[in-house]
Amino acid sequence: MRKLKEFVIEKLILICGLASIFFVALIFLFLLKEGLAVFKTVSPFNFLFGKSWYPISEPPQLGILPLILGSLLVTLGAAIISIPIGVGCAVYIAEIAPPRTKEALKAGIELLAAIPSVVLGFIGMVTLVPLVRSIFHLPTGLTALSGSIMLAFMAMPTIVSIAEDALYSVPKTYKEGALALGATHWQAIWRVMLPAASSGVLAAIMLGIGRVIGETMAVMMITGNAAVIPNSILAPVRTLTATIAAEMGEAVVGSEHYFALFAVGIVLFVISFAINVTADLFLHKRQ
Amino acid sequence: MSKIVTNNLNLWYGVFHALKNVDSAFEANRITAIIGPSGCGKSTLLRVFNRMNDLIEGVRTDGEVIIEDANILNSNTDLVVLRKKVGMVFQRPNPFPLSIYENIVFGEKIHGDRITRDKLDEIVERSLRDVLLWDELKDKLNEPALRLSLEQKQRLCIARLIAVKPDVLLMDEPCSTLDPQGTQRVEELMRELKNKYTIIIVTHNMQQAARVSDDTGFMLLGELIEFGKTEQIFTAPFDKRTEDYITGRYG
Repeated sequence: MRKLKEFVIEKLILICGLASIFFVALIFLFLLKEGLAVFKTVSPFNFLFGKSWYPISEPPQLGILPLILGSLLVTLGAAIISIPIGVGCAVYIAEIAPPRTKEALKAGIELLAAIPSVVLGFIGMVTLVPLVRSIFHLPTGLTALSGSIMLAFMAMPTIVSIAEDALYSVPKTYKEGALALGATHWQAIWRVMLPAASSGVLAAIMLGIGRVIGETMAVMMITGNAAVIPNSILAPVRTLTATIAAEMGEAVVGSEHYFALFAVGIVLFVISFAINVTADLFLHKRQ
Repeated sequence: MSKIVTNNLNLWYGVFHALKNVDSAFEANRITAIIGPSGCGKSTLLRVFNRMNDLIEGVRTDGEVIIEDANILNSNTDLVVLRKKVGMVFQRPNPFPLSIYENIVFGEKIHGDRITRDKLDEIVERSLRDVLLWDELKDKLNEPALRLSLEQKQRLCIARLIAVKPDVLLMDEPCSTLDPQGTQRVEELMRELKNKYTIIIVTHNMQQAARVSDDTGFMLLGELIEFGKTEQIFTAPFDKRTEDYITGRYG
């Protein structure tokens, strides 16, 4: 009887474990089935590198290069802002902050992670967008830069908490060894602690970037949504995610436009997957 | 002459009185062992000499520790200079997760600036020769130091330390993670090194203290009970408590 109970519980847990993989597989298959259909009308090369995205003109032009570049530009900007600040913050929390400041900072970072992206989006819309507009004398403040700044706020909690964790788990003996050789606190951090935590810090950065690339709501609200190839970070852009969110509602089911949006989904999936796998590799290297 | 002198040294961790009125004098170019049961304060005493206790919250010291005419407990002591002069080898070998080469030149890189590659190569070779690792490792200097055996790691830590040319080597149970052969080789190394350095070793292993040291101090509950020539401490201790400890009545 006891054995049977154990058996049943074990199998139930097994099913729970497999469920997530099963659902991911189903979602992926569905995405492939709907998305690959677009390649009947447009070649993969023209889809990925086509310069115009006019999905409802006749015939539709389905080139997503402007969207990919829009996503990359916003992500790159967010990375440039969030990585130094995030890693710096992690170093401060893990190594320098006195205990109370440390607790306060950690709570603050968690709070930042708890802000819904739509809220960040509208705060950006009413504060950051006019600011960017007036600083750079632009016709509109809805630009890639605005999106980058807001998304940097979203990437930071991930970067800080994982990087801080990585730094914290560096054996104390490394730091002691460095200090005992006459290193200053900063030399110990820069030359020993950070290299020792490098794989964890890289993983933190990758996961932060993954968060940024998949983010939809905030970028849709503040990047201007112009599906043109951006010529500067001060131009309006449209990201892959925002395209799907904005157009899925009006695309006719079964139309080329509809299939194209699914294919955009595949591209996003592949990018996120690649980023997560890379982050995972870094994390495993650490152990 | 005495390299390190302590006068009426006291240390508290919060309210815990860890070192009580320690008066001692450590001689240059000799190996001094500090022995005593766990928790007697021997590691704490060692860590006073390079101010490593500063890393612990709530530590308070008073008294004097004189190294080269200066009381290093003064708040204006330059810790970088002090730790360059008074180096430490830890209980668990702690090479940095860098290459063997980078481990050894670490000290040189943080202290000097713009050193030529040739100079660094020379330092690496000399330091590794001093710890008798050169022949074993000369062809794999760029491999990660974490791949070495425990004993090699500990020797590497010693090499890394003597690359910064200290005067004093503090060794905190340097052999406690090593096997008997490793221990024997590190002890031989210590005997070679004492010609150039003042060595203070903390050990819970009395045989080791008897084998390698010239002088021995016995500590109990934060007090330095007896300090003298190793031979005398181990054969004719003055204090009853020392005798009880070295004959294994407690510890």
